[in-house]
Amino acid sequence: MDVGILSYGCYVPRRRLQRDAIYQANKWYAPGLGGLAKGEKAISNWDEDPVTMAVEAGRYCLDGIDRSLIDSISLASTTLPFADRSNAGIVKEALNLSDQVMSADQTGSLRAATGSLMQSLRMGSNALCLAADRRKSKVASVEEMNYGDASAAVLTGSGEVIAKYLGGYSKTIDFVDHYRETGADFDYAWEARFVRDEGYQKILGAAISSALDRLQISGDSIAHALISVPVRGVPQKLAAVAGIAAGAVADTHMATVGDTGVSHPMLMLALTLQNAKPGEKVLLASFGQGADVLVFETTEYLNTVNQRQAELMQPGLPDSNYSRYLFHRGLLDIDKGMRAELDEKQPGTSLARDRKTVLGLIGGKCNETGVVQFPKTALPVNTTSRTVGTFEDYPLADRCARVISFTADRLAYSPDPPSYYGMIDFEGGGRMVAEFADIEEGEAEVGRKMRMVFRIKAFDELRGFRKYFWKAIPAQRGQS
Amino acid sequence: MASGIKDKVAIIGMGCARFGERWDTDADGLMVEAFDEAVKDAGIEVAQLDAAWLGVGFDAQSTGPSGIPAAVALRLPDIGVTKVENYCASGTESLRGAVYAVASGAADIALAMGVEKLKDTGYGGLPTRTRGSRWDMIGVTGSAPGNFAQLASAYGAKHGIDHLDLKRAMAHVSVKSHANGAKNPKAHLRNLIDIDKALNAPMIAEPLGLFDCCGVSDGAACAIVTTPEIAKSLGKTDIVAIKAMQVVSSNGWEMQGDQWDGSYLHTTRVAAKKAYKEAGITDPRDQLSLTEVHDCFSITELITMEDLFISQEGQGWKDVLDGLFDADGKVPCQIDGGLKCFGHPIGASGLRMVYENYLQLLGRAGERQRQNAPTFCLSHNLGGMPSQNVSSVSIIGPLGI
Repeated sequence: MDVGILSYGCYVPRRRLQRDAIYQANKWYAPGLGGLAKGEKAISNWDEDPVTMAVEAGRYCLDGIDRSLIDSISLASTTLPFADRSNAGIVKEALNLSDQVMSADQTGSLRAATGSLMQSLRMGSNALCLAADRRKSKVASVEEMNYGDASAAVLTGSGEVIAKYLGGYSKTIDFVDHYRETGADFDYAWEARFVRDEGYQKILGAAISSALDRLQISGDSIAHALISVPVRGVPQKLAAVAGIAAGAVADTHMATVGDTGVSHPMLMLALTLQNAKPGEKVLLASFGQGADVLVFETTEYLNTVNQRQAELMQPGLPDSNYSRYLFHRGLLDIDKGMRAELDEKQPGTSLARDRKTVLGLIGGKCNETGVVQFPKTALPVNTTSRTVGTFEDYPLADRCARVISFTADRLAYSPDPPSYYGMIDFEGGGRMVAEFADIEEGEAEVGRKMRMVFRIKAFDELRGFRKYFWKAIPAQRGQS
Repeated sequence: MASGIKDKVAIIGMGCARFGERWDTDADGLMVEAFDEAVKDAGIEVAQLDAAWLGVGFDAQSTGPSGIPAAVALRLPDIGVTKVENYCASGTESLRGAVYAVASGAADIALAMGVEKLKDTGYGGLPTRTRGSRWDMIGVTGSAPGNFAQLASAYGAKHGIDHLDLKRAMAHVSVKSHANGAKNPKAHLRNLIDIDKALNAPMIAEPLGLFDCCGVSDGAACAIVTTPEIAKSLGKTDIVAIKAMQVVSSNGWEMQGDQWDGSYLHTTRVAAKKAYKEAGITDPRDQLSLTEVHDCFSITELITMEDLFISQEGQGWKDVLDGLFDADGKVPCQIDGGLKCFGHPIGASGLRMVYENYLQLLGRAGERQRQNAPTFCLSHNLGGMPSQNVSSVSIIGPLGI
């Protein structure tokens, strides 16, 4: 039975920071950045992190797939929010996967995602491989111009795969082109010319050629070469050396999304598969203290998944608010006011009790009246039943909802004011008062269709904790 | 079927501190200010009090826990003091406790005190606080204006009211309350505003602008209650009696069910029906002389006129614009300035409303006295948020009508 990719997904945040906005603010100091001040990069909101972004990519990937079949979940990132609390485990709860899944966080290198993917493909089990990064960069740095936020997901397994795994090749060399010490905020990077010559060309280029040799695949048979190098011209040069046609070299999405770190190779894979045709060979190459090269061949099952994934990358929203971007990354100390002083301490006890309610957005359906409610309670809201404990689990996260009432609140503290929230009714039953995320002026209205997303609810800065919960965003066209 | 509270209890004394940003005093001082006035009004000795209730909304900021702060501040005579908290209905709950104690015969004379010291928080508006460990994980940490602003979105959508028409009606509510508050020496805000100032004010929580919101104030108000018989024995002639006191708490029907449409207050409608029945009122629009309602926000007052069955559903905004609730209208609302301008010290507000109705019934309201003698006077509180709240409707009037 073929082993390979069963499904894929990705998530690119809606706001796209215009690089010129970064440049205009900093050109007094760093006029040399002018050459990079083109295009835009995807930036996550204040309430997003690698965990929440991974959830979103995972949801796209698992759309239409029986989640009880998943054996394991991994989350690759160099910016995981928790050093000791399974980050993949949080994603597992949000995706409502079975408690029996294996989980692992993969980190330490920009190759963490491709490494995880290779391991899963070798095992052949139904593994949800997620990648997400949200890297910080110093003000007026090259990294600030380049780094974007995104996540991607690949479900591996066997049987009716949409892309058969032909094999892979890895190299590990402690080549320090850049690094970040544990706990540090920023990367420290060496001269670009050195990295290009000694890293991309000698390590990654050689790995691509070696992989093709080992798999006995000629370069010119590769239809899509996904060479995850965020430097213009380098993928083309490496492809040429390996005998891959120039036309096969995939877009790195640097102009529109940016360099998304660990996510980037899987993001390129997802966005390529979306437009690929059956019977095409796809080469995926990533770099980071060595190289990973994986080769796939798409199958006739690709079209089925692709039709489902029509809205994979939502349209971006151009954003020139550079100071908001800095604030959302903790790089600008805005006066939040006294209302932000609310203690957000999270009792471990209540989180353990209400794990499924909070992280999974699981409501209840009364088995006497059929009425759906959120959250589950001992006694149902429909008082025609007075029986205690009548609720069966009723997941609400993937159900769309309609706005009943709303406001845009400028008094309550929000890192992204005004704070939108309101009452929403889920299709099929269930109601909640929810915060609205990623909503712009004029987008809120009574009756508006909304979609739930997993987000950070609040930070407990005093104790180094973040609370997660679900928020509503305006549904885009075609989303259900 | 309960016989109800009508005419079983009389108010013999009331007091109200000057509301406002009382940088000069704390909760103790505010209570003493109100209590001193009420004791003199009642003409009793403090030693005659048998029991007391204390209403406080935010005890962490105001008084701390328990009824002890009132016992100490007022040097009460070794009696039970019960602290009650029921959001913005806390003052009314204090009165309900005292009234029920007298009606039951457990007390001859009882005190209801309400106080709030909010201006020690350092910012405008109400403090944000926990609503329990589960809520804090899944609820929205919004603000009071944000919670009530949602009424406007659902009300406007349900009745197809143009956004600007509704804004204008809301502005009229606030302009009226400023005009009334200007005549009240104890009011927090005594400035006049015009409709353009209200319409063009900075947005607080869409569609509520600055003047659609009441501020928060420091203040205290209290009542001394007894039986009509004891009132008469004390030489009282114009006796103001309790006609009805109803409180309804949400049971989750609005927030967790799927039938409420967000455009009205379910609890107020239920409480109003019960209160009218208790008081013997069949046509509130015709029989009510005055209303003091919970105008925490202009939209709340407007919608409350419908929930109290004074205006027809979907028509309240027109009645507002027609001046029905102005000081010289048929059913004046907030003739003392309301929460909007008299001020809103949470625990005191319910008692402040009754205080104004009491003054009006006794012809002591000075410049703002309603000339045609009031009969049934209603006060209304709303605590929490429209989707989950407590609502109270109280009615007082001359004994025997």
